[in-house]
Amino acid sequence: MENENRQFTVSIYTENNIGLLNRISAIFQRRHMNIESLNTSPSEIEGVSRFTIVVNITEAQMKKIQGQIEKQVEVIKAYYHTEDEIIYQESCLFKIKSELLFDERQIQNIIRESNARIVTVNKEFFVLEKSGRKEEIDLLYRELNIFGIMQFTRSGRVAVTKDKMKISTLLEAFQD
Amino acid sequence: MEVKTEQNNPKKTSTTERISGSEAIIKCLLAEGVDILYGYPGGAIMPVYDELYKYQDKIHHVLTRHEQGATHSAQGYARISGKVGVCIATSGPGATNLVTGIADAQIDSTPMVCITGQVGSHLLGSDAFQETDIVGISTPVTKWNCQITKASQIPEMLAKAFYIAKSGRPGPVLVDITKDAQFEEFDFEYKKCKGVRSYKPVPDTDENSLKAAAELINNAKQPLIVWGQGVILGKAEEEFKAVIEKAGIPSAWTILGASAIPTAHPLNVGMVGMHGNYAPNVLTNQCDVLIAIGMRFDDRVTGNLESYAKQAKVIHFDIDPAEIDKNVKTDVAVLGDSKVSLKNLLPLLNLNSHKEWHKKFKDLYKIEYEKVIKNDLHPTKEGITMAEVLKEINIQTKGDAAIVSDVGQHQMIACRYAEFNKSKSNITSGGLGTMGFALPAAIGAKMAAPDREVVMIAGDGGYQMTIQELGTIFQQKVPVKIVVLNNEFLGMVRQWQQLFFDKRYASTEMTNPDFVAIAKGYHIEAQKVTERKDLKAAVKEMIDCEGPYFLEVRVEKEGNVFPMIPTGASVSDIRLE
Repeated sequence: MENENRQFTVSIYTENNIGLLNRISAIFQRRHMNIESLNTSPSEIEGVSRFTIVVNITEAQMKKIQGQIEKQVEVIKAYYHTEDEIIYQESCLFKIKSELLFDERQIQNIIRESNARIVTVNKEFFVLEKSGRKEEIDLLYRELNIFGIMQFTRSGRVAVTKDKMKISTLLEAFQD
Repeated sequence: MEVKTEQNNPKKTSTTERISGSEAIIKCLLAEGVDILYGYPGGAIMPVYDELYKYQDKIHHVLTRHEQGATHSAQGYARISGKVGVCIATSGPGATNLVTGIADAQIDSTPMVCITGQVGSHLLGSDAFQETDIVGISTPVTKWNCQITKASQIPEMLAKAFYIAKSGRPGPVLVDITKDAQFEEFDFEYKKCKGVRSYKPVPDTDENSLKAAAELINNAKQPLIVWGQGVILGKAEEEFKAVIEKAGIPSAWTILGASAIPTAHPLNVGMVGMHGNYAPNVLTNQCDVLIAIGMRFDDRVTGNLESYAKQAKVIHFDIDPAEIDKNVKTDVAVLGDSKVSLKNLLPLLNLNSHKEWHKKFKDLYKIEYEKVIKNDLHPTKEGITMAEVLKEINIQTKGDAAIVSDVGQHQMIACRYAEFNKSKSNITSGGLGTMGFALPAAIGAKMAAPDREVVMIAGDGGYQMTIQELGTIFQQKVPVKIVVLNNEFLGMVRQWQQLFFDKRYASTEMTNPDFVAIAKGYHIEAQKVTERKDLKAAVKEMIDCEGPYFLEVRVEKEGNVFPMIPTGASVSDIRLE
């Protein structure tokens, strides 16, 4: 099990400093590991950033990477989780020709069934937003692709853990 | 309850003064106790050099002949003194020339602060003259780095730089400072850094792990210690000696661990690794408990991991949690500072001697002596061996010299045969294997420890990579002893070509200049020895010389370093010939 590739979601709490993204991504790059998705944002604590990184590697590799990430001076703590330990979402946008919305009845059904949301519509195009799991977004992409997609983009994964993170206490200590 | 407030301290007055960023840099360095820095001026660092001129009675700037020399000198300074080495360079090529030394310091855990000038902040990203993204370039090879664009950031960032460089597992730090920040005036106040909230330099030691380690050691029949530089960096030499003497454990070293205890110590069983000693390598695969202290199981130490100490329980003492299980799976990990861990381990250990087990080391040493050491030290053939030169240096310095070696065959020979009485005496580029390290590192070492004899040993290849630092030696009058073991080959590569590439000596033969003439060109006393009978007198002349001295020894052209663990082989398959 330790030596099979699995998908891990890495959550890293860091100081909000220039260059840290470089430092963290270099840890993966140096070991020839591809980052599947990456998201950085503020965390629940002011001034503390949170990276969410998805990688497909072995658990043995994951543990070493965790050590290398935590070793960075401005990293407060790094965790990794498997799919069943987190709640996660990705978000995506589709830009599609507006005429299709009227010409192809099927598109309206797809939008309804997928719980996608129309963000804007004008004469030329409309923009569809969908948040969900990767598979849901993949499915929607396949369904819409039949009709033609002008532009498509998808965000990195964002995730929260089911268990309480020990980081909360650690960060609270910093606040004092 | 007594309440202490600032009002209770009438002496406290305002400590700010209005100065330029560049003067602030000097004041920060002085506040950190920096007395020497190595560097090279250029456009983007000129304001700082202007201040160095004004402060030259307080801080000694050493002009090296290349920025790489500045980093290695700072490393040599740090390695022999345990203090932070400092170097300084301009932007662009000045900064990129530091990178090799920074990478070397990173992999060998050497505390170093590098200050680079940068183009004005309004020019950042414009491909300005001598602009380079040194923060980006140095990120993977620094413990920490940052860019300063405002003078007011200088005190805090430099304080942080020194704190990070020397705390925990030491390493290099780079601070890039834009030229406008150097000129800008601000209210200066310096506070030493006492901590960084996201950074825990020394992990907590779990007492249970110490107990578990002690139990394994106490029950071991055939324990083996392999120690590394962690013992030296943790200033734990005495604690280490007490532990091995109480538990009677044969102890072997990695090249960066060398000299932590004297070479002649009865429990010192020699060097592990690719060109290490026969006994500790072979017996790594026979010990029942392997105790690693402040070392990182480098591939040159372990050989093939699939057959490395598989029979043994492994205990790993380290300050860096990321080293645990990185290369070798451990049964017991003891995190923390080596000095504290070893001190707390001592009372938990039983008195032991392991006589039978020690006999195995002695027996294997005899084999190595007959097959390798005897021929190295007392050759019957005509050509001078590298080991003979080391033997002569040992005799004439009585083992008190610090040996600064370069990279290659002579380095392995120096590490194998140099005799050390004092800690911090083996200064060499271990992890990165940087040819050209020795000459500038010897300058730094000698300047940091002027009372010590510093003997640099290099091959004819590596010596020429930083040979220009002879200029620094001449200008600064640094009395280092320079020994070049000249075999007119890049010897280690040639050895591999001989053994693994059917003697196809691709680009390893060197046509060398007149090294003695070059040294004399820098007014350094020099001589060349080509025959064994002249060696003793030449080494004596070198050691007796008050100033710097250059000694070239023509050694056997195609000598090989043995024992040797071929790449991919197991430590116990070490070859004696």
